[in-house]
Amino acid sequence: MPTHVPDVASGRLSPDEYISNFLDIHPPLDRHQALVESDRCYFCYDAPCVQACPTSIDIPLFIRQILTDNPEGSAETILSQNILGGMCARVCPTETLCEEACVREAAEGKPVKIGLLQRYATDVLMEARDGEQPFARAEPTGKRVAVVGAGPAGLSAAHRLAMHGHDVVIYDAREKAGGLNEYGIAAYKTPDDFAQKEVDFILSIGGITIEHGKAIGRDISLSELRANYDAVFLGMGLAGVNALGLAGEELEGVADAVDYIADLRQAEDLGTLPVGARVVVVGGGMTAIDVAVQSKRLGAREVTVVYRRGQAKMGASEYEQDLAQTDGVLIRHNAKPSRLVTEAGRVTGIEFEETREEGGRLVGTGVVFTLPADTVFKAIGQTLVPAALNGSAETIALENGKIRVDEERRTTLPGVWAGGDCAATGEDLTVAAVADGRIAAESIHLALSTPSAAA
Amino acid sequence: MANLTSTFAGIKSPNPFWLASAPPTDKAYNVVRAFKDGWGGVVWKTLGTDPPVVNVSGPRYGAIHSNDRRLIGLNNIELITDRPLEVNLREIKQVKRDWPDRALVVSLMVPCEEHYWKDILAKVEETEADGVELNFGCPHGMSERGMGSSVGQVPEYIEMVTRWCKQHSRMPVIVKLTPNITDIRYPARAAQAGGADAVSLINTISSIIGVDIDSFAPIPTIDGKGSHGGYCGPAVKPIALNMTAEIARDAQTRNLPISGIGGITTWRDAVEFMALGAGNVQVCTAAMTYGFRIVQEMISGLSDYMDKHDFETIDDIVGRAVGNVTDWQYLNLNYVAKAKIDQDLCIKCGRCHIACEDTSHQAITSMVDGIRHFEVIDAECVGCNLCVNVCPVDNCITMEQMVEGVDPRTGFAITDQYANWTTHKNNPMSKTFVPAEPAE
Repeated sequence: MPTHVPDVASGRLSPDEYISNFLDIHPPLDRHQALVESDRCYFCYDAPCVQACPTSIDIPLFIRQILTDNPEGSAETILSQNILGGMCARVCPTETLCEEACVREAAEGKPVKIGLLQRYATDVLMEARDGEQPFARAEPTGKRVAVVGAGPAGLSAAHRLAMHGHDVVIYDAREKAGGLNEYGIAAYKTPDDFAQKEVDFILSIGGITIEHGKAIGRDISLSELRANYDAVFLGMGLAGVNALGLAGEELEGVADAVDYIADLRQAEDLGTLPVGARVVVVGGGMTAIDVAVQSKRLGAREVTVVYRRGQAKMGASEYEQDLAQTDGVLIRHNAKPSRLVTEAGRVTGIEFEETREEGGRLVGTGVVFTLPADTVFKAIGQTLVPAALNGSAETIALENGKIRVDEERRTTLPGVWAGGDCAATGEDLTVAAVADGRIAAESIHLALSTPSAAA
Repeated sequence: MANLTSTFAGIKSPNPFWLASAPPTDKAYNVVRAFKDGWGGVVWKTLGTDPPVVNVSGPRYGAIHSNDRRLIGLNNIELITDRPLEVNLREIKQVKRDWPDRALVVSLMVPCEEHYWKDILAKVEETEADGVELNFGCPHGMSERGMGSSVGQVPEYIEMVTRWCKQHSRMPVIVKLTPNITDIRYPARAAQAGGADAVSLINTISSIIGVDIDSFAPIPTIDGKGSHGGYCGPAVKPIALNMTAEIARDAQTRNLPISGIGGITTWRDAVEFMALGAGNVQVCTAAMTYGFRIVQEMISGLSDYMDKHDFETIDDIVGRAVGNVTDWQYLNLNYVAKAKIDQDLCIKCGRCHIACEDTSHQAITSMVDGIRHFEVIDAECVGCNLCVNVCPVDNCITMEQMVEGVDPRTGFAITDQYANWTTHKNNPMSKTFVPAEPAE
């Protein structure tokens, strides 16, 4: 086998190609398009789309408000349930949520474009009011709430708490607020620095301060927060990344997909970002697809996603899979990584063993194949780092590796609520995190308003 | 292929599609274009006395649109022709000479004094036009000067002017009626009494199409003000159909030829008007929206329809539905129908349920055994048809006649015996009392 010369380089494309490859993947609707599309909504009774929305936005109402050319009123309907309605309009997998439930999907396979309509309304409001939000704070309550993590869950909780008159301090490990909206989501889903615009929009309600560079377990402790605040909301997401468990994983040529995406999102100039000519992504979720598509759009020649189970089990939605394949990404199923090929202290390829499911259990068939790779991305899931939560004080109960919460997002620790990816509440989606934050905030507000019930 | 030729009030045309007197027929240029595209005839835009009227130089039309800007209704404040009479007459004469097989009727509107009519009729006759149409319909502008609809609203005036026209002309006289009255039969009878060869209807309906809610002025707005106009287009068709039928089934006017006008956009609309008694149809808004070429679809659609039904001439269609238009009091109260939802077609939008639940008879479920399911409750369904009308899916909900058994809503046995309000037991005026049998 000839020596493989690693090809990892930046500037593979012309400046114009970088721009066009990372343009808004779903161009927004203009006013006329929104009026026409809104006319397609049947204003269903007890609408299935609302039931499919984790934040239960009154979708028929907001669409009817667009129909009557009242987009700002429409945006208020959206934002009153989901203050990150702008981001959710961009990143929600609507094809598996509201739009899958739309009766026009059943009728003709063409659901009302709910996501794009939501984006239209929220864009109009944010533009028309120059970032001023339509909500005002209630009389100050004098209560203080600590929120850990300035991602979708934390921002949603903080906004709702501030609206109810509480003072909120958010602690976030990063330099910028937004969490995965800022550091994680594919760049072509949220161009033009929308994540930061939305953060500013949310914070404009007042009563929320953010302490950046403060990670729980490192700079602050949960026991400290519980002692100093009337309530605590944990929404710090998943800091850990699952490992392949193969020798050579620490060598050059192997990277965490989430880190690479974060670098990409923060890059001033995409032309400076190195990308391998041959990229192999291990995993089958949204992150795997995001890193694969973005690698391709940065100029990688061959990008292969390898998932250990069958297509139906992939975490990435069918829409995302189609997007990847349209972009020229090859998706291979039923193969698990078995060995990293290394050469001169560097990974140059990865060997896989084919798999099949036997009674739900995954077994190797013994058949192996090797893919040469300049870069291997690990995208096999993130994990909660529980040590960060547990100092010398009482420990918080977990469930399947995440924080256990009840319907109101209360943890097992009095006075502590949790939501978003770090909590065991269901799907790891932006919109689900926003719902958690709002639900927890309402529960906290109720607890703080009724002293006898307070923690 | 079916024979589409038409003879209306003695005027021949190769098909029953005429352009109505309106902006599209103001000049030879437009009319010639229309004839080239296949229109069977035109009614030339209304001529008046010299000096001609002056039209506004601002917006003359306003519209109601659907959200995709399909034009549903149009409002017009343009007056009659603003070109000199002499120019119009010269062009009419030339066009008729060049297009002898097409119908060319001239619309007229002059003050209600005999000499005006006598004078203009002589001039029109000289053009060899096929007939005249008396514009007693326009509700805006000219009506303020004692013409148009202000004549059409007074049956005695209609009769008087029609009689003058018949006296002073050998041409067929069509009287164009205004819908801005309470009972269309009175002006139609007056026209007939004056000797009219036919009536045409409807002219436009008095209307304000909208208000600009920022400037608080009616639309269209001319220098900050607006005036009512005449409403036309697809939205007015139901009104026109009813008025056509009222004249067609009136004992006095049932033999009076009718030229149907009002929102006709397709061959289907035309067939509906003809079925209710119109001998031909006149079109305006559809042409103003899409151009003259639409007549080609109308011709082929009508022809295919006639072939399918083995109709040889348009007379096979004219009036065919008139006998089925009746007064409410003669509707069969023993006829029972229930809505039926095709569960395979249902997309579960729930509109039938909420319409029935909120605004009608609580006769459609929303949930059955904990599952979203829409089904008609026969014991509550009065057969009103609202669910059919609000359902977004074709043929998903249908009205099915009950032909036997017991109506679970009333408990009365289904009977094929006809019984209407005049015979109903609850009607104190009824003469023959036929009670429905209570079920066993």
